[in-house]
Amino acid sequence: MIEAHNISKSFGDHDVLKNISLKFVEGKTNLIIGKSGSGKTVLMKCLVGLHEVDQGSILFDERNFSGMTFSERKSIRKEIGMLFQGGALFDSMTVEENVMFPLTMYTNQTVEEKKERVNFCLQWVNLENANKLFPAELSGGMIKRVAIARAISMNPRYLFCDEPNSGLDPHTAGVIDDLIQQITSEFNITTVVNTHDMNSVIKIGDTISFIYNGKLWWEGDKSQILHTENQELNDFVFDTELTKRLKK
Amino acid sequence: MLTRFGKYILIMLKVFRKPDKMKVFWRQLVIEINNLGIESLGIVAIISVFMGAVVAIQTAYNIDNPLLPLSLVGFTTRQSVILEFSPTIISLILAGKVGSRIASEIGTMRVTEQIDALEIMGINPANYLIFPKITAAMIFNPVVIILSMGFGIMGGYFVSVFTTLYTPQDYLDGLRLDFDGFTIAYATIKTIIFAFLITSIAGFEGYSVKGGAIDVGASSTRAVVWSSIMIILFNLILTHLLLS
Repeated sequence: MIEAHNISKSFGDHDVLKNISLKFVEGKTNLIIGKSGSGKTVLMKCLVGLHEVDQGSILFDERNFSGMTFSERKSIRKEIGMLFQGGALFDSMTVEENVMFPLTMYTNQTVEEKKERVNFCLQWVNLENANKLFPAELSGGMIKRVAIARAISMNPRYLFCDEPNSGLDPHTAGVIDDLIQQITSEFNITTVVNTHDMNSVIKIGDTISFIYNGKLWWEGDKSQILHTENQELNDFVFDTELTKRLKK
Repeated sequence: MLTRFGKYILIMLKVFRKPDKMKVFWRQLVIEINNLGIESLGIVAIISVFMGAVVAIQTAYNIDNPLLPLSLVGFTTRQSVILEFSPTIISLILAGKVGSRIASEIGTMRVTEQIDALEIMGINPANYLIFPKITAAMIFNPVVIILSMGFGIMGGYFVSVFTTLYTPQDYLDGLRLDFDGFTIAYATIKTIIFAFLITSIAGFEGYSVKGGAIDVGASSTRAVVWSSIMIILFNLILTHLLLS
């Protein structure tokens, strides 16, 4: 379980996160939703330690991550996998080398053992024959799938996904959602997904936290979100023409 | 400017740490020696040959006193190439070639979140990305510069072969005249320090990029400008310390 206790973050005079407390449950897909600029990306970056919180604490299974130094965090970071918005694959490496990279850095496995693990991860994301391709040769959906394979290569306990569906067509976005959900339940991972894609919310939102103006505005799950009385959340959920018509 | 210098020091403190995995560091080091050093040899060779030839021609052109021996052409070319042209001018050229490459490579990794990905994995990105580049340049640039000296001196020799300005024997006599081995040591010391300046400044500029493609371009330009300025400044300081 990941817990955030009263975390705040500001950049200069701009308060981006205001006293947010959240819990992300193990074996569930925990969604953070909100409009662009609401602070959800900053929240995720604080959770993984890319930004330091101004106040409050972040606990990974009761280990105080925010109070640790860079080297102390290393043990927790080995347990974290992250899928970035653009994939963040290393351009100079092939798909195989990208997925193998964390194994090379942190294990003493032989090349054969690493290749076996890489192939297992690539099979999971349905990319069996892409080992020798470079990121520049991949489509947007393939990049996301390789990034997922890299994120799970070290058997992470925690998986963070920053807008995993951005820039993808609805079908491919659905494939990525399915993968995230399968990985979460199969490996009992604590998954945190940052999204504003309502399809994902309805499909994989085991727990949902709505961030509005840097504050935690609403918490619930996918069965509750369509029936809430919360005005700001309703404005967000039923903002598109399609959802407006469906609501009618 | 003071703030930027402070940030540079902070990043260098992250760079100069023990690598996360030595095996990976050695592999990266070999890759960087190839990327930053061996791939620069072509341009260095061409520039050095022409530079040596021009120095020799200019020296010969200026010797119009019959009491001055033409072997001075070889002597002057050797001294100019070893003391200044190879270590300083070639380092300035490498600041453009290698500096812009490092800044744009690391800057692009920054804006495409590849550096964040490294950090999430628990890897020290500054050390992983910049340290092998600095080490590679500090090891291999002296080799590049010594080869450049050879090419420069050869350039002067080619002039003697293809023109009648002076004979090859005059030139070779001048090359052997009053040779002081310390000049090579002086050039090597300068080169090592210039190599550090080029790679660390470019690494810092790339690492601290914020924004997008325009900012990567701007960081690349800043890397070349600042490393060139620092080379010129340190050239003066080192020359004063080592030769005066």
